[in-house]
Amino acid sequence: MTIQKAPAAAPAATETAPALRVRDLVVRYGRGRRAAAEPAVNGVTFDIASGETVGLVGESGSGKTTIGKAILGLQRVTEGSVQYRGRDITHASLGERRDLGGELRAVFQDPYSSFNPRRTIGASLIEPLRLRGVSRADAVGRARSMLERVGLPADAVDRYPRQFSGGQRQRIAVARALICDPSLVVCDEAVSALDLSTQAQVLNLLADLRDERGLSYLFIAHDIAVVRFLAQRVLVLYRGQVMESGPAAGVTDAPKHPYTQALTAASPVPRPTEQAERRARREVLVVGGASAAAPTSVGCPYAARCPLATELCRTERPALRPIDDRLVACHYAS
Amino acid sequence: MTAPLTPTAPSAVRPQGGRPLARLVRRPPAVAGALWLAFIVIASLTAPLWLPYPTEQQDFSAVLAGPSPAHWLGTDELGRDLLSRIFAAGGGTLAASTIGAVVAMLVAVPLALIAASGGERVEGVINRVTEVMLAIPAFIIMLAVIGVVGTNMPIIMAIFGFLISSGMYRVFVGAAKSLQAQLYVDAASVDGIRPVGISLKHVLPGMLNTVMVQFALVFAVAIMLQAGLAFIGFGPPIPQPSWGGMIQAASQHVYDAPWMMVPTGIVLALTVLSANVVADALAATTDVPQLQIALREPKRRMRAGASTADTQAAAGEGLRVRALAVGSEAVTLVSDVSLDVRPGRVLGLVGESGCGKTLTALSLIGLLPPGIRPQAGEVLWNGHDLTRLSEREFMRIRGREIALISQEPMRALDPMFTVGYQLGGAIRRLQKVGRAAARAEAAALLGKVGIVDAPTVLRLYPHEISGGMAQRVAIALALAGRPRLLVADEPTTALDVTVQAEILDLLRSIIADTGMSMVLVTHDFGVVADICDDVVVMYAGEVVESGSVHSVLEGPQHPYAMALLAADPHAGVEAESQRLASIPGQVPQPKDWPDGCRFADRCRFSTEACRRPIALTPRRSAEGEVRCIRSAELTAAGVTWAAAPAGVEPERVRIEPERVGAAEAAQAPTRRAEPEEARL
Ligand SMILES: Nc1ncnc2c1ncn2[C@@H]1O[C@H](COP(=O)(O)OP(=O)(O)OP(=O)(O)O)[C@@H](O)[C@H]1O
Ligand code: SF4
Ligand code: SF4
Ligand SMILES: [Mg+2]
Repeated sequence: MTIQKAPAAAPAATETAPALRVRDLVVRYGRGRRAAAEPAVNGVTFDIASGETVGLVGESGSGKTTIGKAILGLQRVTEGSVQYRGRDITHASLGERRDLGGELRAVFQDPYSSFNPRRTIGASLIEPLRLRGVSRADAVGRARSMLERVGLPADAVDRYPRQFSGGQRQRIAVARALICDPSLVVCDEAVSALDLSTQAQVLNLLADLRDERGLSYLFIAHDIAVVRFLAQRVLVLYRGQVMESGPAAGVTDAPKHPYTQALTAASPVPRPTEQAERRARREVLVVGGASAAAPTSVGCPYAARCPLATELCRTERPALRPIDDRLVACHYAS
Repeated sequence: MTAPLTPTAPSAVRPQGGRPLARLVRRPPAVAGALWLAFIVIASLTAPLWLPYPTEQQDFSAVLAGPSPAHWLGTDELGRDLLSRIFAAGGGTLAASTIGAVVAMLVAVPLALIAASGGERVEGVINRVTEVMLAIPAFIIMLAVIGVVGTNMPIIMAIFGFLISSGMYRVFVGAAKSLQAQLYVDAASVDGIRPVGISLKHVLPGMLNTVMVQFALVFAVAIMLQAGLAFIGFGPPIPQPSWGGMIQAASQHVYDAPWMMVPTGIVLALTVLSANVVADALAATTDVPQLQIALREPKRRMRAGASTADTQAAAGEGLRVRALAVGSEAVTLVSDVSLDVRPGRVLGLVGESGCGKTLTALSLIGLLPPGIRPQAGEVLWNGHDLTRLSEREFMRIRGREIALISQEPMRALDPMFTVGYQLGGAIRRLQKVGRAAARAEAAALLGKVGIVDAPTVLRLYPHEISGGMAQRVAIALALAGRPRLLVADEPTTALDVTVQAEILDLLRSIIADTGMSMVLVTHDFGVVADICDDVVVMYAGEVVESGSVHSVLEGPQHPYAMALLAADPHAGVEAESQRLASIPGQVPQPKDWPDGCRFADRCRFSTEACRRPIALTPRRSAEGEVRCIRSAELTAAGVTWAAAPAGVEPERVRIEPERVGAAEAAQAPTRRAEPEEARL
C-alpha cells in the first residue's frame, strides 16, 4: 500500500516480499453479454506485511468479499495481480495453490453454513492436512490440540456442527484455518454473526493467535469499530474502489475522505451523551441518502452522495494520493 | 431404521434432524408404497421358484375365467394363468425401468455436478445441450429405435433414460448450485480439494435425497411407458408376457371378460402409484438448510379460553408490563419481565440472542409463535390486559393501536404484489377508506418515511427495491393504521450503518411528530444510545437491569450489563490492553436455568449467596432496577468488568446438547479459568 518497491521476481525473495501484494485488482462478475456493467472490484492495490492485519471496510456490495475470494482463488481475477510471498498466484491453479502448503487460509462469516452439516468436525479439520500428506493419526492429533487451543474440548472432533453454538463454530472455523500453519488468513466477516460477548471472545482469540504465531490477516468487516480493534491498517472501499487507506486509528478517528467520515459518523457509540453530539454533527454534514446513489462511470464514485461534490467531482475521477500518513481518493481532502 | 414411529411433539424450535429414510417411515402411505414395491420386486425376481404354472401353459378348460382355486387371478383368452404371467412379466419390466432410471441419473447427476462446479461458461454449454435434448420428441425417437433394434426393452429403456436425463438435469443443477454456493464449499477449496473432490464429498451427498426422488419418479414413468409401448404392440416378442401386452389383450375382452383387466391393471397401477408416493415422501423430507427461524417467524396464534377484555381502564396510559412470563407447555422462556413505556417514549430491549427479547416483544402484539403463550403476569395497554384477549379481539388492536416492524423488511412484504397494492390494501383495511383515498394516503405515507419518488415506488415489486428502501416501506406499512405503539424487532440489524442512521433518524422524527411510543429490540448498545430514552437489559429470559439510557449505559450496575458494555468494540475503551472484555461460556438454555442468579456461572463476582433466587431491587442512587445482590457493593467500590489478560481465557466451555444425544453431549468436559476475584 505504501510506495511500490521493485517487484520481487524470484520465489527466493520471500524474506523481503510482503506476505501479500495486490496490484490493480479488477474483478468483474459475468462474462461476455452477461458481464456486469460495473466491476465489483475496480483497481484495488495494497500490501499486507508479515504479522500485519489489514482491515477492509465498506458498505454491503462494496466488493469486500470479492477481494477476499480473488485472493483465495475462489473468484476469477479479471485484471491485475495477486502475489503471495513474492509468488504470483493471480491465476494459480488449485494444485499450485496447494503447493503453497496451506499457507493461505480463510475464516468465513456464517458460522452456520461454513461447515458441512453431514461431516464431523474432525473430518472437516483433518481434510487439509490429509491432502498435504499428513497421516491420519497425526492429523487427528493436530485437530485435537488445535481445538483445545481455540478453547474447545478435544473430543469435539467426533461431534457434528449442529452441536455447537455460533460462537463455538467460529472458534472451530479459526481452528480449521490455522491447522496447517498458515501465514495469511482471510477473515470475511468472521465475527459479524456473533453476539457481543462471543464476538469479543473470538476477536481476542484472533488477536492472541496473531501475536503468538506472527500471522497476517486480511480482516474484512462492515463494522469499522471491529476492524479498528484488530487491524493496524484499513482500506475503506466504496463501489469496488479504495477511498481511503492508512493506519487504523487515524482513519477511524480522523477520517479524511467524505465517505469515511459518513461511515464513522453513522456508526453509533454506546454512550448516549457522546452519541447525541455525534448525531448533531452528522446532521450538519447533510450526507446524501444511501438510496440516492446512482452509478457514475466518470468522476468520483461517491459524488452522488457526497455533500462536498462539485462539477470537478462529477467529471474527473480523483486518484488515490498521499496525504499525511495515508492515501485518499478525493479532490478536496487535505 | 430404528426411528420412533410416533411423530415428535411439536415444540417451539423444532429439531429438524433425522435421516430421510427414518423420517419416511413416519408416513403411512409411503410405508405402504415401499412395502408394495418390495413385494413386487421380490415376488417377480423369485417368480421362477413359485409360479403355479409355466407362463405359456394353456388351460383350454378355463379360458377367460375369473378367479378360481386353480387360477387365483383367473386366466386370459388362451387359458394362461394370469398370476403366473403377471409375475413372470414383472421381472423384465422392473429391470428395464430400473435401467432407464439408472441411466437417467448417471447422465443427469454428473452433468449437474459439472455444471455447478465448472463456472458460467461450462454451465452455459451444458444448459444449451440439454435444452436441445429437451426439444427432442422422445417417444418418436424411441419408436425409431425400436425400428432399428427391435423390441429390446433394456436398450429402449436405456435410451429413454438418456432422453429424459435433460429434464432431470434441470432439477439437479439447481440443487447442486445451491450446495456449491455454501461457505463450506469455499472452505474446502481453500483446503485445496479439487473440484471433483468437492462435488463428490460436499455436493453429491446433499443431493442424494433429490436424486432418490427423481429416481422413483423416472422409474414410475418407465413402467408406464413400457406398458404403453406394449399396448400399441411394441412390447416384448409375442408369447412372452408383458404388463402392457396383457392389458392390451384384456382390452379386447372388456365386454365378454371384464375381469381380465383387473389383476394386471391393479398391479400396474399400484406399482406406479407406490413409486410416486415414495417419491413424494422423500421429497417432503428433503433437507432444508437449518435456519433457526422458528422464533423469528411470527404466526397468528389462537389462544384458547379467551375471556373478554377487562374494563379496568383506570390503570393509566401507555404500556405497562408486570411480571410477564412466556413459555410453552414444557418450558418457561421468559420470566418476571416488567417494563413501562409512556407515550412518546422509546424503550430499548437489549441483550444477546436467546435472551428472550423477541419473545417479550412479540407478546406485546399477540404474535407469539405457535405453542408459546403468556404464562403469568400482565401486559397492560391503556389499562387493558392484552394477555387475556382472544385472537379476534387482538385483531382490532394489532395494526391499529400497536404495530410491528421486523428485522427482515422483505418478510413484511409479499413478493407477489407491488408496494402500492400492499400499502393501499393495509390502509383500506385499517382506516376503512376507499381505493382512491387509500392510494393518496399510501403516497403520503411513503413521503413521510422519506421516499422521494413515491408514485414510482408504489409501482415496484419488493425485489426491485433495496433493503433500506424496503425497511422504509415496512415502516410505512406499520404506520398505516396510525398506531400508538410501535414494536420494532431489530429494525436496522440487516442494514448498513449509513442506512441504519437514516432509519433511526426517520423513526425519531416520526415519534416526535406523532407522540407514539416504541419498544425497540436490539443487541446494539449504539442503537440504544442513539434513539432510546429507557433501556431494559435482559439475560436468560429475565430483566437484569433497567433504567434511563444515560444511567444504565454510562453506569451499569449489573455485572452482565457491565460485561456487555465492556465487550463492545464501539465503546473504544480497550485501547491500553488491546483486548476486549469478554464473558466466559455462553447463555444457558432455558431448561438449564438455575433457581438462583442465572448469570452466576459466568459471573466474576458470584458467591454462595448468589445461588438463591434474586429479585429486582432499586438501583443504587439512580432510578431503575437491578437483579444482583452484590450490585450496590460493587458499584460503591467502583468495580468494572475489565478485559482479562491474554492466557486467562480460554474460558469454560460447554457443548450445546442442542438437538442430538443430550446424554452424550452432557459429558463434555468443563474447564474453568480461575475467576478473577473482585478487588473490593
Ligand atoms: N456471484 C456473483 N455474481 C454476480 N455479481 C456478484 C456476485 N457476487 C457479488 N456480486 C456483486 O459484486 C458486488 C460486490 O459484492 P461483494 O459480495 O464483494 O460485496 P461485500 O462488500 O462483500 O458486501 P457485503 O457487506 O454485503 O458482504 C456487488 O454489487 C454484488 O452484487
Ligand atoms: S472527490 Fe468530490 S465527490 Fe468525491 S469524495 Fe471528494 S469531494 Fe466528494
Ligand atoms: S447476583 Fe451474584 S452471580 Fe448474579 S450477577 Fe450479582 S454477583 Fe454475579
Ligand atoms: Mg461480504
